[in-house]
Amino acid sequence: MLRQLRPALMSVLAFTIITGLFFPFAITGISQVLFPKQARGSLIEQNGKIIGSELIGQTFAQPGYFHSRPSAAGGGYDAGASSGSNLGPTSSKLIKGIEDDPATKDADESYSGIPQLAVAYRKENNLAADASVPADAVTRSASGLDPEISPENAALQAPRVAAARKLGEDAVRKLVDENTAGRTLGLFGEPRVNVVLLNLALDKAAPDSKPKPAASPAP
Amino acid sequence: MKPLDFFQYVAFLLIVAVLVVPVGNYLARVFSGETTFLSRILRPAEKALYRLMGVSADQEMDWKSYTYSFLAFSLIGTILLYALLRLQYLLPGGPEAKYLVTPLTPDLSLNTAISFSTTTTWQAYGGETTMRYWTQMLGLAAQNFMAAAGGLAVGFAFLRGFVRQRTSSLGCFWVDLTRALLYVLLPLAFIGSLALVFLGVPQNFMPYVEASTIEGGSQIIAQGPVAALELIKNLGTNGGGFFNVNGAHPYENPTPLTNLIEMLAIAVLPAGFVYTFGKLLDRPRLGWTLLGVMFTLFAAGLLICGTAEQGGIPQVAALGVSGGNMEGKEVRFGIGGSVLTAITTSNGATGSYNSMHDSFTPIGGLVPLINMLLGEIVFGGLGTGLYSMIMIALVGLFLAGLMVGRTPEFVGKTIGPPEVKLILLYSLVGPGTVLLLTALAVTTPGGLAGLTTNSGPHGFSEILYGYASSMANNGQNMAGLSANTPFYNFTMAIAMMAGRFALAIPALALASHLAVQGRRPTTVGTLPTDTLQFGVIVLGTAIIVGALSFLPALAIGPIVEQLKMIGSLR
Repeated sequence: MLRQLRPALMSVLAFTIITGLFFPFAITGISQVLFPKQARGSLIEQNGKIIGSELIGQTFAQPGYFHSRPSAAGGGYDAGASSGSNLGPTSSKLIKGIEDDPATKDADESYSGIPQLAVAYRKENNLAADASVPADAVTRSASGLDPEISPENAALQAPRVAAARKLGEDAVRKLVDENTAGRTLGLFGEPRVNVVLLNLALDKAAPDSKPKPAASPAP
Repeated sequence: MKPLDFFQYVAFLLIVAVLVVPVGNYLARVFSGETTFLSRILRPAEKALYRLMGVSADQEMDWKSYTYSFLAFSLIGTILLYALLRLQYLLPGGPEAKYLVTPLTPDLSLNTAISFSTTTTWQAYGGETTMRYWTQMLGLAAQNFMAAAGGLAVGFAFLRGFVRQRTSSLGCFWVDLTRALLYVLLPLAFIGSLALVFLGVPQNFMPYVEASTIEGGSQIIAQGPVAALELIKNLGTNGGGFFNVNGAHPYENPTPLTNLIEMLAIAVLPAGFVYTFGKLLDRPRLGWTLLGVMFTLFAAGLLICGTAEQGGIPQVAALGVSGGNMEGKEVRFGIGGSVLTAITTSNGATGSYNSMHDSFTPIGGLVPLINMLLGEIVFGGLGTGLYSMIMIALVGLFLAGLMVGRTPEFVGKTIGPPEVKLILLYSLVGPGTVLLLTALAVTTPGGLAGLTTNSGPHGFSEILYGYASSMANNGQNMAGLSANTPFYNFTMAIAMMAGRFALAIPALALASHLAVQGRRPTTVGTLPTDTLQFGVIVLGTAIIVGALSFLPALAIGPIVEQLKMIGSLR
């Protein structure tokens, strides 16, 4: 075994330099020249400020914006700590949710399971209490950063957004269509609507009705 | 199952089937030392590397030297990675220290070092909250290449045992390793990584970006040299993600097309390698028979898992929620793309999931679990997948031989008592390791402490899934298990080493036994191994051996949970 130590040591060192140093630097160099936008995270800039990435979902709470899916990443869409809920199919936390325990006044133990998320979704979109809800609207994505929703989900939100924006529903639906991607090669994946790009398109189409920032700015 | 999901699955398998022949032919050329279209560029580098290592291109090794070389290479790689992880705090650049909240403790570093040097890439940490960019490149990406090349080399030595006659030599580990790296992994990773950047996967050294979001909030967005790791993690059947949620992260896997590329990267080399096996033995039909068994098991997994996930959770459907089980899945992949990836990564020893298997329905999660427990015989790990399948085929042949009262033969080589002992030793390692460690975890406080997200039968499934994945050198997990504790870091490391070395060593020993033999001519008494009949025997053996070993454990986990879910247990 000792005779193999030299080749073992030399190969590990040489291959570490080739594959761990040369290779990633070559890929970085070439891609920064050929595909600079993608290589730098598909970031979106507005007035010199970075406002997010086309690929990374954001939290939207105001009625004038389309809303992303529920998220389990940090406090919601924390792109420094991606995560799913990891709750199993028989988890009572997922299937029933947890209510706040009134005995502990300071701590909020509540957790929105699928029932609470469904009730909230129907309420904010003025749907009947027994209306069918698309699954993606009331489930947490795998990454917690899913930038997209299903076209069915967008269609149910469109009237709410149109009313808040004082826009015609048709105009809003047209924007939804413009930001909808189909299946790749007609086969792979699912049709989907990019919420980040759609909301930016809304702001562009109706700048006057742009919701005022509600969330507190960065600390 | 939706018809479109079905077509998606068929299209994927067709693409793999079409690529099997060219890939298999190329692998055969590379490992026979023949000239390929890349030789003109790579031959000088190859020669320089041999000089550096002090080996010559025509050197030969017996199985013991081959094994020692493989062990020495793995050991030094592990030590180097461990040192890098422990000293990462000294490395400059990349994310600010405040974002790296998971400390690289000795047990986590040991677990991670073993995990990457065995191609398991089980991750008890979240990438964006633990690793610096230098660690991701010099440590993790480099081991993704090296461990994968090591596995491919061992697979090829195993193959030579069947091809060669009257020799004790199985080739030279260092030559096979270098060729695997230069001629197979690097060129494909180069093209594939650039394609992924084009499709949206980042590749930069920027610090994490702080964005002011559209609604006026703030969002930290982790960055990094993602693409350079992303392709090789799949191509090398490693599977450890750059980010915590692996292939579900929009930066790792932004579109269905990137997902298709990543899934092909997993399946094509191991599938092509089976064709190489048949080709070099001059029995292409044997290769296709084994591939037929693989495609059958793969398709069965897709159908069962896909149907279960589309069916969803009855309690959720009762709330008026339509569209199957989307908890822990991304919209761009949907259920079809998530199931395709779950089946590909669980068969392909890769574990680069794009959906959270912890949130799958019980039957949906059972399928990838079974794929791993069967020993990843469908495509399997790069190089190692071949012997996973051949070992099951040999068990089947042995059983068939007992029934007709003949000494079994495989490609003209006699499978006598010494060979059967090695095959059985190989077969016992998996069930022994997985079941003993699972039993230990569910009976000790250290093991039960990991169940922080789920409990009951699902908690049992999480633990079984973890050890099955580690033993199979897969690395995917049911991520609700809190596995970054000394207990899990050490026990998972044991399972990973068993899955890598306690399988490779009997496989190489068996190859040596067979290489020494001559090839006996086929007679009327020989059980043909390139027929549908033999394919059915292999399929049956895989299912029977797997079921006998694991049915009780599966009954406590996913099967009870399924009964609980559909309401017969309250």
